[in-house]
This record gives sequence, structure tokens and C-alpha cells, in this order.
Amino acid sequence: MSNAKDVTDASFSTDVLASSKPVIVDFWAEWCGPCRKLGPILDEISVEYSEKVDVVKVNVDDNPAIAAQYGITSIPAVYLFQGGEVKGTVIGARPKQFFEKEFADVLS
Amino acid sequence: MWPATQAGASTKEEVHRSVSTAENTASEVRDVIIVGSGPAGYTAAVYTARANLKPLLLAGSVTAGGELMNTTDVENYPGFPDGIMGPDLMENFEKQAARFGTEIQFEDVTELDLDGDIKTVTIGSGETFRARSIILSMGSAYRELGLPNEKRLSGHGVSWCATCDGFFFKDQDIAVIGGGDSAMEEALFLTKFARSVTVVHRRDSLRASKIMADRALAHEKIDFVWNSGVEDVLGGDKVTGLRVKNLVDGTETELAVTGVFVAIGNDPRTDLVKGKLDLTPEGTIAVDGRTSKTSVKGVFAAGDVIDPTYRQAITASGSGCVAALDVEHYLADFHA
Repeated sequence: MSNAKDVTDASFSTDVLASSKPVIVDFWAEWCGPCRKLGPILDEISVEYSEKVDVVKVNVDDNPAIAAQYGITSIPAVYLFQGGEVKGTVIGARPKQFFEKEFADVLS
Repeated sequence: MWPATQAGASTKEEVHRSVSTAENTASEVRDVIIVGSGPAGYTAAVYTARANLKPLLLAGSVTAGGELMNTTDVENYPGFPDGIMGPDLMENFEKQAARFGTEIQFEDVTELDLDGDIKTVTIGSGETFRARSIILSMGSAYRELGLPNEKRLSGHGVSWCATCDGFFFKDQDIAVIGGGDSAMEEALFLTKFARSVTVVHRRDSLRASKIMADRALAHEKIDFVWNSGVEDVLGGDKVTGLRVKNLVDGTETELAVTGVFVAIGNDPRTDLVKGKLDLTPEGTIAVDGRTSKTSVKGVFAAGDVIDPTYRQAITASGSGCVAALDVEHYLADFHA
């Protein structure tokens, strides 16, 4: 189960930057093995912490502009946005507990 | 995915389980738990499962399948004359282990208690499992250059996974650090995207296998900077270049690149067992001769985590088989 919705170059500004809630953004692609491993973990977070945070996914293959804007050259890259600003980043696939610790400010 | 706990015998147990999973799994003592899911772990699983030891394999939540998950064509694993993609090979391993009854959980081990006859394994959720024997096959992790700017620019030009990140470097000039098979594979893979690939290597010849070295040396997009080490990664928000030092004459030059792929080898993942098991001077888990027996009774180790030298999928696999057979013998004595 997942509450994570797909965000595009066009909807990023509305869904992420203007969001009243903190947003965890998963930059991923189909051909990236570690991204596929990480997907279900972020899905879990999207359900468990649905009241505290939104989780969204940006497919970098289809939406290169946003990834380029944030200078992303490694995926999976997980960015935490709050009030339109980047508050945290995690590069590479990590266990759920890692995100809970890294993003503790908004998740706990 | 497999159920979190094995099917219990009595109804009473079932009720109890629903109340406290952690407590219940802790009470069950298994024959063997395997930590890690590369070729060593899965081979150990196939053998111990076929020996009816009902292994529990803790595969890792994001590292499952191990290093081969980030590779493309595997051409030197026997039995696949046309080669096989790394992830496909690992999926086959997983299927084969599952077919004989291995319980596979995609969980991360956070703690090992290896003292005494019954060992305890704790996973990320805090849940614990107990077993009479443990096979450690945690593999190895990418080595870093150890430069401050490498960490800072990680994800902004510095990368360890060509298959993940090559896409971001279309028509750009990039560097690969290292001279082994992994470095050559990365360099060759990256030619699909990059305008140029410069291999920076500390020696004057490649450590890679002849076939990989020849392919890289002959490739029109790949250049080599020999006898050179990386002194610094340059760039503000993103990588703009490398400062490279010639190790023979000491001269330093700047190499203008926007991407850096680091492939300078691997270090065994021994964090979980530091201070609990004897390690070798190379940092691998020490084992007795050609066996998988570690310094602690009932604890066995296999694959890259015991191997400072060969570190191939096939040697890891063979090593996993050794561990499984050692466990079989150990348990036969244990139960006798």
C-alpha cells in the first residue's frame, strides 16, 4: 500500500514547493536497481506517517528538469522539502530506520 | 515476500504470536540463520535448505542481492554461456533458495549476539531471532577515496553506481577512478552516455582481467591517466574537476570533468562483528584454513567478508557452499 503520488516537472511547484505539509521526494528511475528496492520503503513511510508528511515520486527519466534544477546526479536521491526549501537529503537506498532518524524532525 | 514468522504448531502459540511477534520468534530456536543475500548467502541457503535445516535468510531491506544488483552483464559466472544480467542472476539465486524452503526476510540485521550455544540476531524493527548456528555473508562495501569533498559532492557528480547514474552524464566528460574489473566495467558502461571517460589509476597497468582491460584500452572514448592518485574533488555545488597527482614525478594537474565514478575496491562489511570475532590484518573475518569456521563456535562466514583476494561471484558461491556443509556437520554434532 502506498500514499505516494507521482509528481512531474509541471506539478512539482504545486505539490512540493507550495505544500503546507513537509514533503519527501523520491527521485528515481525504472533502470535503477537500488531505486526499485527503496520504493516499497518509502511507500511504507507514506502510509505510516501520512499525517505528518507527504511522500511523492519523481521519475527522472520523464521529468529531467526538476532533477537538473536540484543538481541531482545520483539516484535514488530522497529530498525532504519544507516550506519550499530543501531541509534534508539522502543519497542511495537506505533502510527505513535510516530515514526515520535522518528526517526525525518531521517524522517523530 | 515470506511471512514474518514460520507457521506455528498450536493454536495457543498462534494467539500468543499475534500478541507479541518479537517475543515469540525469540522463543523459537532455528538451526541456522544466514545474514546477507549475495552469491555466498544464497548458495548457503540452497545447501542448508536441501539439508532440511529450514534456513532463515535475512536479506537486507535495500542491499538484497548484493553487489551484483548494480552490475550489468556477468560474463564469467559458469553455466551462462551468453552471460546474464547481474540482477537476473540474483533473482535466480533467490528463487532457487526459496524453492527448497528457505525463509527469506528483507530485513537488516542491527545486532548479533554470538556467545553461547544459541545465537541471537536482532533486526531493524527490534525483532529477534535465535539459532544454533549463524552464517555471516555480509559481503563488502564500496571503498571511498576518503577526501572531504568527495562526501560533500556525493550525489552531485560523485557516484559509486554507473548503472544508476550514467544517465545524468549524457555528452559530458567524466572520470572513473580505479584499475580493476569493476572500474573497467563502469568505464565501458559509461561510454554509452558520456562524451569522454578518463580512467585515473594509481599504477602503470590495469589490474582488470585481460578481456576487460583490452576492451577498455581499445575504446575510442576512454583515455587513461596512469600512475596517478586523486588529491581532491573540485567544485562548489557540483563537480567541476579533479586534482590529480602523478605519483612518479609528484606533479599535480587538474582534470576537467563533471562526473566522478569511484571504483577503487571494496572493504568487507564487518561492523556487526567487530570485537566479537577475530579479524585478519586485511580486515576480513578470520576463518580456519579452507573451512568457514570463525573464531566463535557455531559461527561461520562466507563470501567477500572472508576473502581479501579473489572476491568473485563464483568464489563467493563456493564459499557459501562450504559454510553450509560446515553448518551441517556442526549441527549433527550439536544434536548428537
